[in-house]
Amino acid sequence: MYSNAYIFRYAGLMVILVAAILSSAAMLLKPMQERNEAVDKMQSILDAAGIENVNSKNAIELFNQYVTKMIVIDEKGVITDEYKDAGKENSEAFKVNLKEQLYNKSINRSFKLPLYVLEKDGEKINIVPLRGVGLWGPIWGNIALKDDFNTVIGVTFGHKSETPGLGAEIETPVFTDLFPGKKIFNEKGDFVSVGVIKGGIENFPADVQRHNVDAISGGTITSNGVNDMIKNVLESYVPYIQKRE
Amino acid sequence: MSTDKQEREPLFSAKNRKLLTNPLNIDNPITVQVLGICSALAVTAKIKPAFVMALSVMIVTAFSNFVISLMRNGIPPRIRIIVQLVVIASLVIVVDQVLKAFVYDVSKQLSVFVGLIITNCILMGRLEAFAMVNKPWPSILDGIGNGLGYGIILIILGFVRELFGSGTIWGFHVIPEAFYDFGYKNNGFMILPPMALIIVGIIIWIQRSRNPELIEN
Repeated sequence: MYSNAYIFRYAGLMVILVAAILSSAAMLLKPMQERNEAVDKMQSILDAAGIENVNSKNAIELFNQYVTKMIVIDEKGVITDEYKDAGKENSEAFKVNLKEQLYNKSINRSFKLPLYVLEKDGEKINIVPLRGVGLWGPIWGNIALKDDFNTVIGVTFGHKSETPGLGAEIETPVFTDLFPGKKIFNEKGDFVSVGVIKGGIENFPADVQRHNVDAISGGTITSNGVNDMIKNVLESYVPYIQKRE
Repeated sequence: MSTDKQEREPLFSAKNRKLLTNPLNIDNPITVQVLGICSALAVTAKIKPAFVMALSVMIVTAFSNFVISLMRNGIPPRIRIIVQLVVIASLVIVVDQVLKAFVYDVSKQLSVFVGLIITNCILMGRLEAFAMVNKPWPSILDGIGNGLGYGIILIILGFVRELFGSGTIWGFHVIPEAFYDFGYKNNGFMILPPMALIIVGIIIWIQRSRNPELIEN
């Protein structure tokens, strides 16, 4: 039989030991993890723009090569920060905390969102980073728009903990390949976003097909999350897009 | 009892081999002990995540069994469950942190599984039933064995569900295009969790009818 004092000593010692192990592991590995995250973000931006053969080794180099402009814009569409020189990963546009800014947006406070402009084969590609909620946790991604800020060139998605085989399929080409060619403005020039809808896209009229893609069977809530995420983020850029026209 | 006279048990004695093979059939964690069902339903819509999950659970059961078995004589029985949980959770977190720092791609794949591993009943079940009363080596074998037993069911489920649900195996199309031209359709129901439960039921049925010792009176 163990005495109460032993139990307390045992529990106390165990907690201190485990805390020490975990926090030192976290501290030692943090710089490497942050670097991996930055590289992953660049990779995702380059992927969305349709640049091929990007891997974790050449991502920084390609990012510096292709990205020509990084700006931060506010809710009125005014550019508040612009960065052009080298060392892009330290620029304000790259470091914007989307979660925080979108929260500010949701409670009607002013917000600042980044926009990355790439140049590929003489064409300008605008990349808008996305962030929203899925079924179990956050989802994020990038959407690449043509110079006209209307036609989608490509998308990438990522997620923290969507269901494997169902919601998690948003990051696979099966889903992301549906996006290129879709428009975010209708013929009248009103913002409609790119939606994710149920029921088989080929059963809908052409004006619905123009702005929507098929949802994932069994991943309805994640699909809705993608739908809301794209709409919520892109609409914040509408003042900027209209201003430059 | 003097230890020098006692004969050393070979590493893979018949008893130890049983620890590895029993969970594959008559002591299977999913179909016989009915543990770990939730994760088995969640991750088996495709084979690949099922495989990753099986591998991660196997590694964590083996290590946590080993660690708890080393500590077993000092753990006060009244707080043993907490101790077990702390061991599992810290192991999983450390592994996750290391993966994030060195192989970021793998860690992205594993993201969701990390939480599912910690809450997997098989882990606690094996710690409580086996590692608390056995030596480290048999405990490792028991952990690997149960991980395998869990994994084999996951992969069978993943295979059936991916084949009929998406027409693919490991992401490759295996059902010829011609079938679809004749009106064959992927079964959307296969992708949903309830179908996994039905398949588990069928596996249990087949297994019981083949092993009379599993049938209760």
